[in-house]
Amino acid sequence: MRVAVIVFPGSNCDVDMVRAVADCLGEPVDTVWHTAADLSAYDAILLPGGFSYGDYLRAGAIARFAPVMREVVKAADAGKPVLGVCNGFQILLEAGLLPGAMRRNASLKFRCETVTLRVENNRTPFTLDYAPGEHIRIPIAHGEGNYYCDEATLQRLRAENRVVFRYVGANPNGSVDHIAGIANERGNVLGMMPHPERAVHALLGSTDGRRVFTSLLRYWKERTGGERHVAKTAHGGRHDAGGAT
Amino acid sequence: MVKARVVVTLKDGVLDPQGQATQRALHALGYGEVAEVRIGKVIELNLDTDDRQWAAARLKEMCDRLLANPVIESYRIERVEG
Repeated sequence: MRVAVIVFPGSNCDVDMVRAVADCLGEPVDTVWHTAADLSAYDAILLPGGFSYGDYLRAGAIARFAPVMREVVKAADAGKPVLGVCNGFQILLEAGLLPGAMRRNASLKFRCETVTLRVENNRTPFTLDYAPGEHIRIPIAHGEGNYYCDEATLQRLRAENRVVFRYVGANPNGSVDHIAGIANERGNVLGMMPHPERAVHALLGSTDGRRVFTSLLRYWKERTGGERHVAKTAHGGRHDAGGAT
Repeated sequence: MVKARVVVTLKDGVLDPQGQATQRALHALGYGEVAEVRIGKVIELNLDTDDRQWAAARLKEMCDRLLANPVIESYRIERVEG
């Protein structure tokens, strides 16, 4: 499995994301600059957190027009797993790959803490290794994670089991229906505000995020038989920075 | 040169935490009559054209595609001069 971590000007969780993939899976992972025009070599696309384009205008509003986003849309349409974390989630919303929009946190505060999530749907490529209803501890770090969608969209998300993660206990940002993460209709695109890549080692305070990555590998293996890039993965190859400028 | 001003606001019914905090601050200052505060943004654009009609159409397109997010925001093109 070859993984792309997309880097926009202002992304700042890209290295964490690369390390999470490398450390959890030992699969080849490249950082890919926002100008890239071809993602066909990749089996999964990860959009990391940060402040792309300084969050100017709206978080994710400018990044969604980056050249690479045409390829991200193409990958999503082809059914490849696409994960957006934090700013990556905001970009997926602005790009229309997921429904809804982000507002400022209801508290108006930037919230940076570890929160408890409930896994509501363990049938996405990123949640296979979780148990349904399981509580997990994952850090958040955002000022605009107050997810909003209209009532009709919310009913649809619920009916189609597309709310993948909910906050348990106090809602840190005021999101509609305590939503922390949602998937697209097909289930291959997931956006989430919490940072699983920051919860992959005991030293980081939690290992509950690891299974987002192990789920992805399992999904890919079940889908493809693990055929592609097998020579590289056998050596746990890592190719971060390849493709970046 | 055509000069334009676009005003982007949160749609009615979309919670505006900044507006609420500002309203509370105004109440604390004694302006109890403030029933609601909604905060938006003003975007001023200078367009390198003299064709106002064309500019108006282009501005609408810019708003729909980038300047406003139709899920939570509405906009009005307030002024086109030039």
